[in-house]
Amino acid sequence: MNSLFQIRDNCMTIRVPEELDHHNALPIQQEADEVMMNRDIQTIVFDFRDTSFMDSSGIGVLMGRYRAIQRKGGRIQAENVSDRIEKILQMSGISKLIPVNRKREWL
Amino acid sequence: MAVEGPAAARPETPQNREQRKGVIMENTNEMSLEFDSRSLNEGFVRVAVAAFATQLNPTLEEVADLKTAVSEAVTNAIIHAYEKQVEKIRIDCRVRGREMEVEIVDHGVGIPDVQKAMEPMYTTKPEMDRSGMGFAFMEAFMDELRVKSEPGVGTTVWMKKKFGCQSGQNDLSGDA
Repeated sequence: MNSLFQIRDNCMTIRVPEELDHHNALPIQQEADEVMMNRDIQTIVFDFRDTSFMDSSGIGVLMGRYRAIQRKGGRIQAENVSDRIEKILQMSGISKLIPVNRKREWL
Repeated sequence: MAVEGPAAARPETPQNREQRKGVIMENTNEMSLEFDSRSLNEGFVRVAVAAFATQLNPTLEEVADLKTAVSEAVTNAIIHAYEKQVEKIRIDCRVRGREMEVEIVDHGVGIPDVQKAMEPMYTTKPEMDRSGMGFAFMEAFMDELRVKSEPGVGTTVWMKKKFGCQSGQNDLSGDA
């Protein structure tokens, strides 16, 4: 298991890399599916604190996990999103399906 | 910005007047890249195009828009056009005035129904967790988008973006 994944009880936190494109999405999809097969995951948290770039492949990652966790009656959320990531999530419509929390900025 | 320094101080001769005219008339700058259709190259190519666009003094948002659009087109070529084959993808960029044109060309399987493929949320690979938002993002983040495709021949995606004006921000949030 790589360091991007942290599991506590039935909550899986995925620390999204700096750039979430098709290339970086593949290992995250595989790993998340594997964890979900072996454990009773009820909550998935995508932590976007390090992420500055995301394209529609990232939307696919979130949608796929959203569908999987819906079937189990669990939930999913996106944390620490930047302005850019928030915009991408809004444009895709996925922010209507999952809670999105912005990055806390130091003023 | 005022033009100063050695070039401006040089005395005007018929020759350098012609040269300067040439520069003004041909106000374009081009760049091409050809690369293997490996997913590893997605990051490299969008960064290369963004670096080429710095001559337009883009805002951070314009750079992010361009990178996203390029990433979508290149990813499409890798996933759909060539599937598991490693072939060449070509990208041509041209800066003209305050605009940049980007053309992404593949010689892959082609798209039987371009209109259908461009519909938001439409994907031929849902099992791969594809969102079907690729063309919608290209359309939203660029000012113009044209797609030409022929099954068995390949696909050309042409996009244009104007820099220095707050256009090209089509909101898709209503379509979800």
